[in-house]
Amino acid sequence: MSSPLKGGPEVVLRLAGISKRFGPLLANDDISLTLRAGEVLALLGENGAGKTTLMNILFGHYVADEGTIEAFGRPLPPGSPRAALEAGIGMVHQHFTLADNLSVLDNIAVGTESLWRWRSDRSAARRRLLDLSQRFGLEVRPDALVGDLSVGERQRAEILKALYRDARILILDEPTAVLTPQESAGLFETLRKLTADGLAVVFISHKMNEVFAASDTVAVLRAGKLVATHATASTDRAKLAELMVGRSVKPPAPTPLSPGEPVLELAGVTVASDHGRPLLDGVDLTVRRHQVVGIAGVSGNGQTALAELVSGLIRPDSGRLSLKGSVVEHGDPADMVRRGVARIPEDRHSAGLVGAMAVWENLIAERYHDHAFSRFGVLRRGAARSYARKVIEEFDVRCPGPDARTQLLSGGNMQKLILGRTLAHGPDLILASQPTRGLDIGAVSYVHSRLLDARSAGAGVLLISEDLDEILALADCVTVAYHGRLTPLLPHDRVSVSQLGLLMAGHWDILRDILPETQLEHGDAA
Amino acid sequence: MDFLSIILDILLSAAFWTAVLRIATPYVLGTLGELLCERAGVLNLGIEGIMTLGAMAGWMAVYQGADLWTGVLVAAACGALLGLLHAALTVPLGLSQHVTGIGVTLLGTSLSYFVYRLVLPQASTPPTIEPFQPLALPGALAQTPLTYLAFLLVAVVAYVLYRTPVGLAVRMVGENPAAAEAQGLNVTAIRVGAVMAGSALMALAGAFLTLSAFNAFFFNMVNGRGWICIALVVFASWRPGKAMLGALLFAVFDALQLRLQQASGGVLPYQLFLMMPYLLSILALVLVARRASYPRALMIPYRKGER
Repeated sequence: MSSPLKGGPEVVLRLAGISKRFGPLLANDDISLTLRAGEVLALLGENGAGKTTLMNILFGHYVADEGTIEAFGRPLPPGSPRAALEAGIGMVHQHFTLADNLSVLDNIAVGTESLWRWRSDRSAARRRLLDLSQRFGLEVRPDALVGDLSVGERQRAEILKALYRDARILILDEPTAVLTPQESAGLFETLRKLTADGLAVVFISHKMNEVFAASDTVAVLRAGKLVATHATASTDRAKLAELMVGRSVKPPAPTPLSPGEPVLELAGVTVASDHGRPLLDGVDLTVRRHQVVGIAGVSGNGQTALAELVSGLIRPDSGRLSLKGSVVEHGDPADMVRRGVARIPEDRHSAGLVGAMAVWENLIAERYHDHAFSRFGVLRRGAARSYARKVIEEFDVRCPGPDARTQLLSGGNMQKLILGRTLAHGPDLILASQPTRGLDIGAVSYVHSRLLDARSAGAGVLLISEDLDEILALADCVTVAYHGRLTPLLPHDRVSVSQLGLLMAGHWDILRDILPETQLEHGDAA
Repeated sequence: MDFLSIILDILLSAAFWTAVLRIATPYVLGTLGELLCERAGVLNLGIEGIMTLGAMAGWMAVYQGADLWTGVLVAAACGALLGLLHAALTVPLGLSQHVTGIGVTLLGTSLSYFVYRLVLPQASTPPTIEPFQPLALPGALAQTPLTYLAFLLVAVVAYVLYRTPVGLAVRMVGENPAAAEAQGLNVTAIRVGAVMAGSALMALAGAFLTLSAFNAFFFNMVNGRGWICIALVVFASWRPGKAMLGALLFAVFDALQLRLQQASGGVLPYQLFLMMPYLLSILALVLVARRASYPRALMIPYRKGER
């Protein structure tokens, strides 16, 4: 069960000539990889590059059209997760495969015993789980329902699930996509413990900083092909980014613009939750034309309420919300759209798009009542389709056409679709909630440049993001959300990442050092 | 006598509780069967037809000379077969569970009548068999063996679901089949197996009617009991123990309305009393089932390799 004594690290996994075709799409094209014990291999690539497909073939969810897999020197039968598990391969899926209504212990133990035993040996299962938990520093509550766990806890449960089955090769599909920076750091710590124990890890990622934080080797996939394999230490970000995208990528460079008149003003806005807890607590905020205002903060500090407020989904309990100088009394989402608010929702799948509907239907979802798209209560499908073709062209949405079902698009293309829907009409205020979450480098830079274009065109942008690098790259001013309150606006060139980190943790006393003059106006900053 | 003392008299009589346990039996069995299917993620609206087939097949086997327990086994086997049909259409083929279930109900009901008429084309008064006799026990305990079997099965199903690996596997495929598959379980086999076992229990509920409660097979004798079981599963929040309580509660209402009908001496229309158990069940559902957390994958077909 444990690895052989530290000789030369043995090759534990060998993929040879893997190809997989989905209809016209060649998802994997003759990919060969080797993995050694104790190694962390980062599989880097844009969305749709074929990373997940490759790992799903390895784990038996798909069957490769060509190629062979060898695990620990023995060929792995294709198309069977059970065979993969028995060969010592464990996979942590991007969308966790846990049942919410069952306990952690049940989730981990299911399928590990012969089905026809007359009773489960739960105490042995519990002992084994707690033992693993202690050995690798993965804290769990065996009897908690999975539905009650935080995302980080669920991920630990997933990793333990693999370890419980004696996995010696662990595949992690985009493991940090849903984690906070702190949780990610904890995950990388865990990975180090696992590899020290002789496990081999493959983790799929499209985030550069993770590759450097956690991997020994990096394999870059582009459009289904393996384009390079490097020792992580011997390469650098720019080189990897170029390999991934196939061209060089420039970071966004906002041109300085002087802010215009205010488009969004919040004055003393308070919003309470259903339970009476304040979600927003006396918030003052002004967003002007030609200005990007970034809201930093750990999620759950009022950002969602702020986004819903500006979208018209909720109303302030007290205080005032004004758009372009006029007070909004009874805003609803349609009204906000009419007033020139463009929204990029936090969760594009649940709040942004209707996956089962066509691209053109989604594109006119906010304005199907407009004269351009309906007459006498009847949709003008021709007009809507040609409009959709225009947006698809202009925003470079990669899809078969206006009639394609939206759920078939990749995340990046869905986001472009949303950008097209919201930006095509020259909005005055853009509410961008986590606009690049889960997107690859190419799509991120596209979204960023579009937002900056809109800023140049005269829109104000309210950017809510957990990615501090994104905020500092785009925003003219930054404010930090903490317990439903916002700091005064801080010019982006006067605040550092570490200062933002302190503000995010509630140490508002440092505002004194950043903004000595506003300290006088805001006596509450301590 | 005022109303309260009438009710008190009824509730204190052993005959009343004998009737309650008897009435509850098919509901207990049917609800357990439906619960098992739904725990695996498959809604089985075929229950009404499966109960009818169980009632007919069990009775027919005994009428043709088999002994009573063989009749019970025949009924269970026929139920499992109809369950296999439902499962084959809804699990590997992923058809709509609603539509398939209603189809199975129509098929089961019509097939039963058809076979009955085929064997007994001329019968004007339904022929009878010698049914199960109540055990020689005092008071409400004087029940037929099938009633005892039903209540024993509550404990068995609860034990299997919560204490055995196969029960955990059934719950897992009903909650998150993708997770079950990632753990190396065969989702299709487990779902099909659970639906077949559940359907066999439903058929037992039907067989109880012809082999214990009555001694003959009538058209329309299941009379909506299957639909009540579907509601009872929700009422029970998919738990066997609560399912038994729900079935007993419904039986109490039903036995009570029969006796109140008699006691009222025709002052009130009897339809009002007939309505009572159903009305009270709806009320109970409204009060209890709002918090029900149903199996997450219920009614969602699972297709391997699809995201």
